[in-house]
Amino acid sequence: MNFSNILNDIETQDTEVYKRLDTRRKAMKNLLNFSGKVSLASLPIAVGGMLKKAYGSPTSAITDVLNFALTLEYLEWYFYIEAVDSGIIPAGAATEALITIRDHEAAHVSFLTTVINSLGGTPVTFTSSSFDYTAHGTFPTVFTNYGVLLAVAQTFEDTGVRAYKGQAGNVASSDEILNAALRIQSVEARHAAHLREMRRRADLLVPAGVLLQPWITLSQSGIATPAVDASYAGEELTTQAGVNIVNINGFAIAAEEASEAFDEPLTKDQVLAIVAPFFA
Amino acid sequence: MQQIEKVPIYEVETDKAVRSSVSRRNFLNYAGISAAALVFASCKKDISDSYDGINDQNGTANVGSGHDKPKPVVNLGSGDIGILNYAYALEQLEAAFYTQVISTPYGGISSKEMEYLKDIRDHEIAHREFFKNVLGNKRIGGLIVNFSNIDFASRASVLGTARAFEDLGVSAYNGAGELLENLNYLLLAGKIVSVEARHAAAIRDLLDYGSFADNVDANALDVSRKPSEVLSIAGGFIDTKIISNNLPTS
Repeated sequence: MNFSNILNDIETQDTEVYKRLDTRRKAMKNLLNFSGKVSLASLPIAVGGMLKKAYGSPTSAITDVLNFALTLEYLEWYFYIEAVDSGIIPAGAATEALITIRDHEAAHVSFLTTVINSLGGTPVTFTSSSFDYTAHGTFPTVFTNYGVLLAVAQTFEDTGVRAYKGQAGNVASSDEILNAALRIQSVEARHAAHLREMRRRADLLVPAGVLLQPWITLSQSGIATPAVDASYAGEELTTQAGVNIVNINGFAIAAEEASEAFDEPLTKDQVLAIVAPFFA
Repeated sequence: MQQIEKVPIYEVETDKAVRSSVSRRNFLNYAGISAAALVFASCKKDISDSYDGINDQNGTANVGSGHDKPKPVVNLGSGDIGILNYAYALEQLEAAFYTQVISTPYGGISSKEMEYLKDIRDHEIAHREFFKNVLGNKRIGGLIVNFSNIDFASRASVLGTARAFEDLGVSAYNGAGELLENLNYLLLAGKIVSVEARHAAAIRDLLDYGSFADNVDANALDVSRKPSEVLSIAGGFIDTKIISNNLPTS
């Protein structure tokens, strides 16, 4: 019995099989034996080449996910380029932070582009003119009002975290890609936390009664416009895997903290609907 | 108790309930600061012994209880269960740490620091109890933590340790994702790791504003560590011997 061929046949006919057969991941890893030997962080090209070799052909499912991620990184990168150049960011810590985040997004763009190329895929490309950060008039003062600018930035980062989370399972057939995706996700979460801290310290645009924190309380955006609500809908979840987190096992955990303790995923379609207005 | 009066009323309510979940015995031990090995993770047992009101107070059954006695040795096990136990162990460590931080806050703690640290404590308790329930009777016992090298009276020591724990936790989850086979568990780990990253950024900003992501590499990727690396580091704060040689490695 040629187990390898059977698996290849399954893969050819139905790439979705990865999602349904947990053991498929393990089988693939055992067959290919390429787990964890090379640091993707330091050698994206080498690992990309190894993946391509291992799969025989690029897995379009994975490059599709990576291009989706790359699209979001471009959206963020050009946003921060314009933000830093806007002339409305206070000098010092605020400008330094946005430069730091801008450069992280640039690195993510470069990294994902390299990996997609290495897999034999075609990375998407965008320019500054690809985007309209007013969201076609929803945020007309995005680069003239510091509060609006930070609110949009926070929304991008919180949405990005949820977007990566929603794709983890779709790249799980590759240890290296999954690892990289998780490592990008946690950086986006650090960005989100810092932007929330910036907004809290500047006391900007926070609706009355909302105490903005580095984590997401219920589905509160901390932003005084419902235009961003879709990025926070669903974050109020307090039941995980059937376990009610509120007052779990007798510990006094309120719904607020129960929701904060877990970030929630968004599907690709949900994310695309959220970011669509920001494309020119 | 002096610090309680400095924080808003709504926080006191939360604090009072959770504070009562901390073993009085340990709290009193800790008042001496010199205690070497404190058993926080085992406080459910202590609660049952010395504080019967915890469940009655909320009118809820003690789901997934059983009393997790402190164990000198635990074996994480294999496969996904092993990885979940690994996460459970780390969450035990974090929750015990923040429980102690809030029980004996350092002098001069700001209201915002108290607010953040209390929230983080609640998140870590939520994570710990979540894994406890998910693992059911396959869970490891309570860990004996050792915080003898932490000066809970020192802001620098507490926040420095918190930063180390949070960055370690992020790297642990980032490294564990690929070791999980069940995609539902992977999603749950993903839901938690970004919250740990928010904690890490918040603590880093408290210590050094703007350092929220200073630990990323040239590709702006966060740190990822294998369980063996993580447990080696965390082991400095855990007296329980953790057997991890059956964990998956790929």
